Amino acid sequence: MIATRRPKTELLSQALVEKVIDEALTVLERTGVFVENAAARTLFREAGEAVDESNFRVRISRERVLDSVGSAPEVIKLYDRSGDKEYVVGGDEVHFDPGSAAVKILDHAAQRERKAETSDLVRISRLTESCEHLHFQSTALVSSDIPEIIADSYRLFISLQFSSKPVVTGTFRVEGFGPMFEMLAAVRGGSENLRRKPLAIFDACPSPPLKWSNLTAQSLIDCARAGIPSELISMGLTGATSPVTIAGTLVQHVAENLSGLVIGQLARKGSPVIFGGSPASFDMRKGTTPMGAIETMMIDMAYAQIGKHLGLPTHAYMGLSDAKLNDAQAGIETGLGAALAALAGINVVSGAGMLDFESCQSLEKLLIDDEICGMAYRLIAGISQREDPLALHLLEGLGPESQFLTSPHTRTWYKAEHTFPGLADRDTYDAWLAQGGKPMAERAHAKAEKILRETPPNVVDESVRRELERIMLSDAEQNGVSRLPAVRG
Amino acid sequence: MNNPNEILALMAEAVVEGNRDKAASLAARAVADRLDLHLVIENGYAAGIQKVGELWEKGEYFLPELMASAEAMKAAMTLLRPALESSRGEPSSEGKAVIGTIEGDIHDIGKNLVSSMLSANGFDVIDLGADVKLGIFIDRAVEAKVDFICLSALLTTTMLNQRRLIAMLHDRGLRGRFKVLVGGAPVTRQWAADIGADGYGENAMAAVKAAKEIMARGAKP
Repeated sequence: MIATRRPKTELLSQALVEKVIDEALTVLERTGVFVENAAARTLFREAGEAVDESNFRVRISRERVLDSVGSAPEVIKLYDRSGDKEYVVGGDEVHFDPGSAAVKILDHAAQRERKAETSDLVRISRLTESCEHLHFQSTALVSSDIPEIIADSYRLFISLQFSSKPVVTGTFRVEGFGPMFEMLAAVRGGSENLRRKPLAIFDACPSPPLKWSNLTAQSLIDCARAGIPSELISMGLTGATSPVTIAGTLVQHVAENLSGLVIGQLARKGSPVIFGGSPASFDMRKGTTPMGAIETMMIDMAYAQIGKHLGLPTHAYMGLSDAKLNDAQAGIETGLGAALAALAGINVVSGAGMLDFESCQSLEKLLIDDEICGMAYRLIAGISQREDPLALHLLEGLGPESQFLTSPHTRTWYKAEHTFPGLADRDTYDAWLAQGGKPMAERAHAKAEKILRETPPNVVDESVRRELERIMLSDAEQNGVSRLPAVRG
Repeated sequence: MNNPNEILALMAEAVVEGNRDKAASLAARAVADRLDLHLVIENGYAAGIQKVGELWEKGEYFLPELMASAEAMKAAMTLLRPALESSRGEPSSEGKAVIGTIEGDIHDIGKNLVSSMLSANGFDVIDLGADVKLGIFIDRAVEAKVDFICLSALLTTTMLNQRRLIAMLHDRGLRGRFKVLVGGAPVTRQWAADIGADGYGENAMAAVKAAKEIMARGAKP
């Protein structure tokens, strides 16, 4: 039997990969990065790197960067709430998760965006739990009905209660890490268990060009020490906050990510780091940051290729759209992005459900995107030799009336070879019309309603819930927040 | 090139091309040759920036062209304004503004665009940079006797500081002295109305328009 080929797409030549890395290393050595966080600067200084305390600039030697690349793990494993289900983040494994930290939600009835509330966060968490092809959840929405000061820990508090999947999240304030770490440890049954079986990924976004804010550098340090994987989210905007050429922007992207990687390795050698990002092809007409632009996807695929070349797990914001509704644009951009991300073998692909430049989530889109991700998985599963011969035995002696519908071969293989969408329309025109002649978003809405009505929420054990609540209330109290919204599954 | 119309056309052209050096050297010549600087600005440089606005509206110009033209305009105005003020003893601006990205927010692309376009359109702009404390906006506004306070915010969280600044102006009894313009990715016309701002621009050109309209309506508030 011939081995199945895993379809894979690489945009860069080996020579260009090496040139980008070489220039990035030179940038770090000559220009360096701005590091606002004093603890991170101390780490650099103690490691013998050149730190200028007058302007917070840190120059990092080539040897230090390469040493850090060498000590960061090539593969990270995440575990679900139970700790039984393992997800390998590395190699060409692909895991989709909803785009994180949207502040708005598309109100289906009104077909307009509105601010997200706690009840929306509960709903999106429950729906994510039900989506077969979204392996991870994320703290997808920021609730507007709680004070901003506790918005980071609060979204994790909700997500951990209503979905058992590993969660992609992050801090909005330095103090957010403490309670968020406690919550994860509470679910896992202690900090040592959490270190052995990570439940979350924390995103850390450098500010382009080449800056690490106090918050993000602290998150890298805290995560490294706690054994929580950090996802480096460089987000240059071509021609605005990074060079306008795709190759030029890659140099900055790689330099930013590598400097974050070094911070993590200095905080704890061997700490898990994911080579990721959310860059965009800046729109020179509108001044916006289109995530659905083909050039944005090209940047993503290219830096992921470089991350793989360096032997690091990878991430990208792909499979999302800048459309404001679940329209044709939403489908085009999401479908193209998800397929390309899968072909590029990007390990964590964030974006499902997202619209409007990462600012808006849609429950309907989340379900549509789950189906898109299913198509992407089928695509990269490739074309296999199932039998030997392939078809000779089926075609021999075939007469004019022959068909394959009743062939045992068909029954044996049709489900392994073909997938069956739940939302895409494959009806005849008359059948489609008989069911109301509705567009896909309407069917997705009905499905969301049905899941929320009929599938009981997969809630965390009551004892853990009480512990999560205690941590949340204590965090709220310390920040002068006396009441939290009622949470209903 | 003794024909004054010829040099005015070259000035306009320098702005339209976004040629900083050409715009500045023509301005220096205008000062040295004692040309009528009001004419130079109005029929030369300002005509150029108006043409740039038209090209933008038509979709021919993109942000890089817009910024290059604004920079060329600024380079010329930096030379012309002091000369004009010393000869006439009067300020020559469309209005005066402090601008900055608000406290807690370090994003400044949008703010830089608005800042450049306001200067290019004849406003006197004091750019305070990014992550500007609310008190600093107000102190500098009072100190420099500005007409506008322009507040940028890229994050929905920092956007709330726009509301706080307006409340602070009320508290200090200064609300009537300044017009407040707000902008930034998450900012909408509705938000501007909700917080009682005087104007809003969804992009840099719209911000200039809003500022001009406010000045035309009431001159000094």
